[in-house]
Amino acid sequence: MLRFFLSRLGLLIPTFLGVTVIAFSFIRLVPGDPIELLIGERGIDPERHAYLLREMGLDRPWYVQYFDFLGNVLQGDLGRSIVTKQPVFLEFLELFPATLELSIFALTFAVLIGLPIGILAGVKRGTVFDHTSMTLSLTGFSMPIFWWALLLIIFFSGVLKWTPVSGRIDVLFYVEPVTGLMLIDTLLSDEEGAFRSAVSHLILPTVALGTIPMAVIARQTRSAMLEVLNEDYVRTARAKGLPPARVIGLHALRNALIPVVTVIGLQIGVLLAGAILTETIFAWPGIGKWLVDSISRRDYPSVQGGLLLIALLVMTVNLVVDLLYGLINPRIRHAR
Amino acid sequence: MSTAAEPLRNSQAPPGPLAEFWHYFRENKGAVAGLAVVLLLIFLAAFADVVAPHSPFEQYRDAFLQPPVWQEGGSFEFVLGTDATGRDMLSRIIHGSRLSLLIGCIAVTLSLSVGISLGLLAAFFRTAADALIMRLMDVILAVPSLLLALVIVAILGPGLVNAMIAVAVVYVPHYVRLARASAMTELSKDYVTASRVSGAGLFRLMLITVLPNCMPPLIVQATLGFSSAVLDAAALGFLGVGAQPPTPEWGAMLADAREFILRAWWVVTFPGLAILITVLAFNLMGDGLRDALDPKLKRS
Repeated sequence: MLRFFLSRLGLLIPTFLGVTVIAFSFIRLVPGDPIELLIGERGIDPERHAYLLREMGLDRPWYVQYFDFLGNVLQGDLGRSIVTKQPVFLEFLELFPATLELSIFALTFAVLIGLPIGILAGVKRGTVFDHTSMTLSLTGFSMPIFWWALLLIIFFSGVLKWTPVSGRIDVLFYVEPVTGLMLIDTLLSDEEGAFRSAVSHLILPTVALGTIPMAVIARQTRSAMLEVLNEDYVRTARAKGLPPARVIGLHALRNALIPVVTVIGLQIGVLLAGAILTETIFAWPGIGKWLVDSISRRDYPSVQGGLLLIALLVMTVNLVVDLLYGLINPRIRHAR
Repeated sequence: MSTAAEPLRNSQAPPGPLAEFWHYFRENKGAVAGLAVVLLLIFLAAFADVVAPHSPFEQYRDAFLQPPVWQEGGSFEFVLGTDATGRDMLSRIIHGSRLSLLIGCIAVTLSLSVGISLGLLAAFFRTAADALIMRLMDVILAVPSLLLALVIVAILGPGLVNAMIAVAVVYVPHYVRLARASAMTELSKDYVTASRVSGAGLFRLMLITVLPNCMPPLIVQATLGFSSAVLDAAALGFLGVGAQPPTPEWGAMLADAREFILRAWWVVTFPGLAILITVLAFNLMGDGLRDALDPKLKRS
């Protein structure tokens, strides 16, 4: 297992270095040099421009600059935002819990609905339920979530007036951020009704963000179930006279879940990409909205840092999924 | 020598590959429906100028935010209503199909050709080139697709063409991995060795011997990639960095419509529905293609 872990970790290092190269080049490829970006529209005389270039070490050869950048990154220094002047890393940490909270709920929603649908559709293959649920999940999979989110707002906020249109909590409440996760913070605070407000703000973004992962999980679960139900050991279990619930729940499901776990893990990248759209639409103060805002404000150090941190996050999650896969499926671990 | 042996005649000639493909494809009703929608979209895109009742840019000053025909205040002149500047929604959506199909075609062609080239290179030169190419693809895959596309557009500048390029780059790794994997499988087969022994050059081996046998999974991926490309390009348009107004691109139309969502449902509903139908049609078709082309699933 240790060997498996180390070999996977070894693959990660070149990828991480590659991502740092992309992040490093990004800020040098966007139109305008970093000084012009800092100064903005005002313009600057050439002498001062040259002075600032020297000051910031930008006149050195690119490889020196890159190793400098890499050294800073490894120490957690990702530069400062041009707009807020705050360290990018701190901004990311401050906004990340909002995205984390939304993603956890979206993934839970996706698993809680997608998994049972997939299992049922697999077991009841060829029935009306199977066809309907698979048509619906292909539709969900094809859904432009930015449009889906707007439809949800029109119906649930506009027509039914059940849920708020945007934000994380009503402006009436002030909740001291302790964990950054709004649901926990509102429970810790003594504001009356704050928790309710936070929950109602969470519902629509959760559904919007969770729809595609839900569809993917349902489809994957169904096909994994179909494959497993044809296996000899399932037939043996049936022939032994075990009750169907035990055959499906214990013998089939446990084996069918192996590929499904991987697919669930791979949804993290999908969720982060989806968060860019969902957070923008619901004015959800997380890293997705922050990145879009940073791009439109030309706050490129923030984009650079965010790019790096998100890639690191995705790689870490993929590593964990890989390890988990090896853990539950010994055939992978021992494969050479 | 008068009685030469009669050649053995089958009562039925074996079906050609195309007929066989159609036989399996036809069984999947969803796929046929998807194909029908795709053909309709191609028709609309080709004849948008004739089919659309109005120009997509003409602003009718006396018909701002007019609802669709079946709602009170609607008229047959603007079947799906008008937007906030009095432009006909139906005509804009019909012209939008042109852009979406164009985006899909160009993005998929770009990423498919780059992907196949890199994938074949990696499979044929299993040394430094392979490692370099595959690590580079890992890097691209480590960044969520939409974020990477946004970053590329930030470098190139907003616009439809740059959005296409960004979308194409984002999907290259999928084709590289597929092309490499299937080329490696083919390379170990006897017919490739035979071809090599009889003196086929590198390019002949790559493009004429191996590539055609790697195509089925790539075709499936290209169809599914088409829908992802349409979706991502629309998302970029929606975020304001893809097609720019007043271009009738569906994503950009949705972005324009956002401020009216609670007042005029139709300006939001129809462009999104157009995206959904297009993406769904390509996904249905892709599923059908996979069933018809994948020999593993074929006879199960």
